[in-house]
Amino acid sequence: MAESTQMFKPHFTEEARGLAYYLGKMNGYAALKKALAMTPEAIIDEMKKSNMRGRGGAGFPTGVKWGFIPKQSPKPKYLVCNADESEPGTFKDRDIMRYTPHLLIEGMLIGGHAIGAATGYIYIRGEYVREAKLLNEAIDEAYAKGYLGKNILGTGFNFDLTVHRGAGAYICGEETALLNSLEGKRGEPRVKPPFPAQSGAFAGPTIVNNVETLAAVPMIINNGGEWFAKLGRLEKSGGTRLISVSGHVKKPGVYELDAGSVTIRELIYNVCGGILGDKKLKAVIPGGSSAPVLSADEIDVIYDIEPLMKIGSMMGSAALMVVSEDYCVVRLLKRITKFYAHESCGQCTPCREGCKWMEDILHRLEDGHGREQDLALLLDIADNINGKTLCALGDAAAGPVSSFVKKFRADFEAHIRGGKCPNA
Amino acid sequence: MSKLLSQKFYEEMKKLEPRYPTKVALLLPALHEAQREYGWLPGEVMDEVAAYIGIHPAQVREVASFYTMYNLKPVGKYHLKICTNVACCLRGADELVEHCEKKFGIKCGETTPDKKFTLAEEECLGACGTAPAMMLNDDYHENLTPERLDQLLAGLR
Repeated sequence: MAESTQMFKPHFTEEARGLAYYLGKMNGYAALKKALAMTPEAIIDEMKKSNMRGRGGAGFPTGVKWGFIPKQSPKPKYLVCNADESEPGTFKDRDIMRYTPHLLIEGMLIGGHAIGAATGYIYIRGEYVREAKLLNEAIDEAYAKGYLGKNILGTGFNFDLTVHRGAGAYICGEETALLNSLEGKRGEPRVKPPFPAQSGAFAGPTIVNNVETLAAVPMIINNGGEWFAKLGRLEKSGGTRLISVSGHVKKPGVYELDAGSVTIRELIYNVCGGILGDKKLKAVIPGGSSAPVLSADEIDVIYDIEPLMKIGSMMGSAALMVVSEDYCVVRLLKRITKFYAHESCGQCTPCREGCKWMEDILHRLEDGHGREQDLALLLDIADNINGKTLCALGDAAAGPVSSFVKKFRADFEAHIRGGKCPNA
Repeated sequence: MSKLLSQKFYEEMKKLEPRYPTKVALLLPALHEAQREYGWLPGEVMDEVAAYIGIHPAQVREVASFYTMYNLKPVGKYHLKICTNVACCLRGADELVEHCEKKFGIKCGETTPDKKFTLAEEECLGACGTAPAMMLNDDYHENLTPERLDQLLAGLR
């Protein structure tokens, strides 16, 4: 396990926040100067070379996404930062916003230039009250020094940036729901196509990128796309990853590791100090609560996008939740499913009805009132939600149910036969 | 109609107006600001927001009821929102909820008779590395135990 590059982590301190530190210690706004002297095509090309894949969860190549924006548009274009960070288990973007807000601002400026947008919004989850305040302070600093506003650095480039607070809805992490919420509507996902790059915020061509994705842009421009691509150990994913680790590990927190440089086992036992109380590992949820669960014998997989896909799960937002042997997996799945039932926006029947139905079944299973046929029923409902909804929330609810039932069937059966939780 | 929302509300909105191409986009910021003044969103206040933006009052209600942070009924002076999502549950959130329910003699979603405390279960707050976490009004409190919670609450009286 070689040393990883540390682009973000050393700056996750209270002192790093201000503009003085950013200019002095982080080569602040140098990338913006460089980028404003480049053509938009050259920036997009550098992003493509970098193998940066969206850090919000879908892992879509950022350069390719930026390339979808039409060059000419009768309507204004927009760059929107998805700072909703609502996928359970994820807490890395919070550190970027509260410690290194100028990285995000500079990344958005460069992105705005690349796609031809003069307006940016940071859609931040409503609960991050303090982070929104800190972002606004950093934005004020940037306006005062001429990094935001009109005729930036004398180049004729204009860019305005506004923090827009959400108000408590998981679904607003889905990009089209986010755009509706930004427009002052209910956060309901839209039918696609049209995709946001054609018709997004206020019907203008729009790019929506995650906080970490945009915050890495200045470093990609400063050091070059190839440099960033080489940080990744596997072919298709560049850069470092900010990984949120939570649950039953000795040292939970945000870690920065070169993409693809560790297995889940190394991450848990070498990086995070092992399982709390030296207990045995029961399960790992590798990519936020939407990711299909892994059992203890599946953790020698490399922690990156493709290897996890290959074994039927996903890296998602790089949020690893670790569960030790004495926590009941039926209870855990019930909690996860309750979340999706609560957060379903209600537009699509399979998700609205199915999630609640699965929650009810899991409730009785946990209480020991489950029936033999309930497991088949759960799998059937999950199958009837998966792929049958407008957005990915349906899949996000179905994946955990099918994977938990498949991998921990004995635990579910013990609840049915014993009439109670065997651990209780 | 006499105004329920303050001069400050209208000044804040005036500042935000040029930031958006439509006035409806001000709805979420307006509801946040209105709730800051009243602690919740009384019907007449939502009507005033509708009048300011120029939309039907039903449009304001449809949006306000979609988002969990908008309080559609009054809450106590101190609003405790305990995260009980996966990471917090793995780290003892259930005990925190139980402790609070016992301490205040109310269930989640209820307010103490003296209107001082409202207790709520919250979905993931994005503070999973420092679980269990809760919000007390606008502030995060992390790495909680029943003892630390008691200390925090003792300081509020």
